[in-house]
Amino acid sequence: MAISKNKEVLRIATAGSVDDGKSTLIGRLLYETNSITTDKLLAIEESSRRKGLGYTDLSLLTDGLVAEREQGITIDVAHIYFSTPKRKFIIADTPGHVEYTRNMVTGASNADVSIVLVDARNGLAEQTHRHLYISHLLKVPKVIVCVNKMDLVDYDEDRFNEVVQDFKNLLGNDTFKNLSIDFIPVSSLHGENIANDARQMGWYKGDNLLEVLENIEVHPDTKNKPARFPVQLVIRPKSDDFHDYRGYAGKVASGTFSKGDTIRALPSGMTARIQSIDQFEDSLEHAEATESVTIRLDHDIDISRGDMLVKDEELRGSKDLVSNICWMDNAPLVNGKTYKLQHGVNETRVKVAGINFRVETSNLIKDETATELGLNDVGQVTLKSSKAVLIDRYEENRANGAFILIDEFTNSTVGVGFAS
Amino acid sequence: MKIFDGQFPRELEDEAIYIMREVAAQFERPAILFSGGKDSITLVRLAQKAFYPGKIPFPLLHVDTGHNFPETIAFRDHLANELGLELIVRYVQDAIDQKKVQEESGKYASRNALQTVTLLDAIEELKFDACLGGARRDEEKARAKERIFSVRDDFGQWDSKKQRPELFDMLNGRINVGENVRVFPISNWTEIDVWNYIREEGLEIPSIYYAHEREIFERDGMIWPDSPFINKAEDEAVSKKIVRFRTVGDMTCTAAVESEADHIDRVIEEILSATISERGARIDDKRSEAAMEKRKNNGYF
Repeated sequence: MAISKNKEVLRIATAGSVDDGKSTLIGRLLYETNSITTDKLLAIEESSRRKGLGYTDLSLLTDGLVAEREQGITIDVAHIYFSTPKRKFIIADTPGHVEYTRNMVTGASNADVSIVLVDARNGLAEQTHRHLYISHLLKVPKVIVCVNKMDLVDYDEDRFNEVVQDFKNLLGNDTFKNLSIDFIPVSSLHGENIANDARQMGWYKGDNLLEVLENIEVHPDTKNKPARFPVQLVIRPKSDDFHDYRGYAGKVASGTFSKGDTIRALPSGMTARIQSIDQFEDSLEHAEATESVTIRLDHDIDISRGDMLVKDEELRGSKDLVSNICWMDNAPLVNGKTYKLQHGVNETRVKVAGINFRVETSNLIKDETATELGLNDVGQVTLKSSKAVLIDRYEENRANGAFILIDEFTNSTVGVGFAS
Repeated sequence: MKIFDGQFPRELEDEAIYIMREVAAQFERPAILFSGGKDSITLVRLAQKAFYPGKIPFPLLHVDTGHNFPETIAFRDHLANELGLELIVRYVQDAIDQKKVQEESGKYASRNALQTVTLLDAIEELKFDACLGGARRDEEKARAKERIFSVRDDFGQWDSKKQRPELFDMLNGRINVGENVRVFPISNWTEIDVWNYIREEGLEIPSIYYAHEREIFERDGMIWPDSPFINKAEDEAVSKKIVRFRTVGDMTCTAAVESEADHIDRVIEEILSATISERGARIDDKRSEAAMEKRKNNGYF
């Protein structure tokens, strides 16, 4: 690899209401990693004073829009950044209430890890079920449960264990069996177990939150998967210096491509060998998941935008898609209606052939009589496509298993689907 | 084979190049909004990489307020010339002469808000359907919530409540007649990411980012560059200081910082130890807590 050592990026999804102390937890992470500058800190100190608070409300760092400041709630996906010498972290922060399910799904779509917060006094709440369900639906590789406000239960180990046991009872449910989950007792307000080990909880022997975040594997779910390269553009400069240059530009979705590999172009099925993997003026031996490169082949075959290069691993396109869908629009998903489907950079038209069931995200009860999916609903739908979609099962390959649905009249993104 | 120092996360470059390529594929007439500042210089580099060995398929559009630092303008012309890019310039002065906008008065007068009108006129005149900008989500609270593809109506307005969800890396650039899209490929970069990138790529930037001697005056605890465009009070005395600029906007709304950093390594050291955020030196954001959101709703990028 031309570039092997560089700072990794870990993407984190957080969800929860103001009451969980989520914004305080994020504020604490920023504060302890020196990611808050004096002027921002002074600004929130001033806002806290104007609100008549007796302390600096670190949650004010994250609630950005005017409507949110007025209502004291988070209504969108906010992106928050902090760094340690080891890693860069991107938090996608979303509200936890049912009416923001679509925001949570959006935030979780890019996440390597999801942080679920519970109040140590209350234990599992309705929201907790939803957050776990979304982490499961989106196959977020790791979930960290922060049992927060430990200061309000006297840092009691027994109380922590009770909450953990409640989770384990819930996770016994088959739906959750593949979740990888860690538990950490924290107090965001006092900074216990956030970026420093707790002084008050000697009984806890595990890592603090920041240590866990610094050591989780990044993109474990894409690098070892089948090789998939969706073609974004064909680069043909036709200049004097590069007269015969013909390269296929794109970002490796999953797996690895190496110089000399035999690839198959889909949907045509024609094969060729990789002559060169270009990255600006450099030529690479390999390109792995998330890298943007330009691939040149040893002979010309017909390839255009939306096609996909694969290696030996099988990928049979499908015209019938049974998928879990999260609906994101005010106008419901209607049986029989056509939508545009965008899978990666490829587009097709689909028709809803059937709504199999709707899931109640807080208790997992399936309603098989559902005739439509409304805003924030999750359910299973059968779609018929006008052409084969080159998609993997989401469960098997997260980076090539999802699509979005677009309304043909408004052009809005109205839903997201996960192929099953 | 290049050896990088590794402080810049290369994944951010891969993401930005992917976004650039989506813009080229999904739109008919995109343009790069180019100010001559470090973020738009970064965009040009990313575009160069995205389409290499082909040429950058977008022109540069600069909205010239007439109050720019001369060093920035000289750099702009130099870069466009060196890379053989089409540079389109539209002037705020024209909108003032046509009485479409009125110049502000008083000692805080700036043309910052006026450039929105010129930008929207240029988008309409040149029929741009996508404008790439160098804004980053870490700059400001309202920007933290803006999408990578941000759809604007025909008045260029941003409606924070009607944003399209962006899932995975899928970008939906479909628009209706009259709409256009602002695209922010370096949304997920922070200030220090940009500086590390400039350093690792060896990019040239305007000289005012480095320490230099300049005529300045002090106001509200900040160091203002002296210029013919600023209305000074009688007691605001001009003196000389060694300063640099951390962000580059108009001469009327960009404050300097005292600094000896005359090399990129020293600039990075200084930023890492700084206690004031980048936009803390932008006088235009200080008008109210929601200053940025209000300007964006009106079509500012």
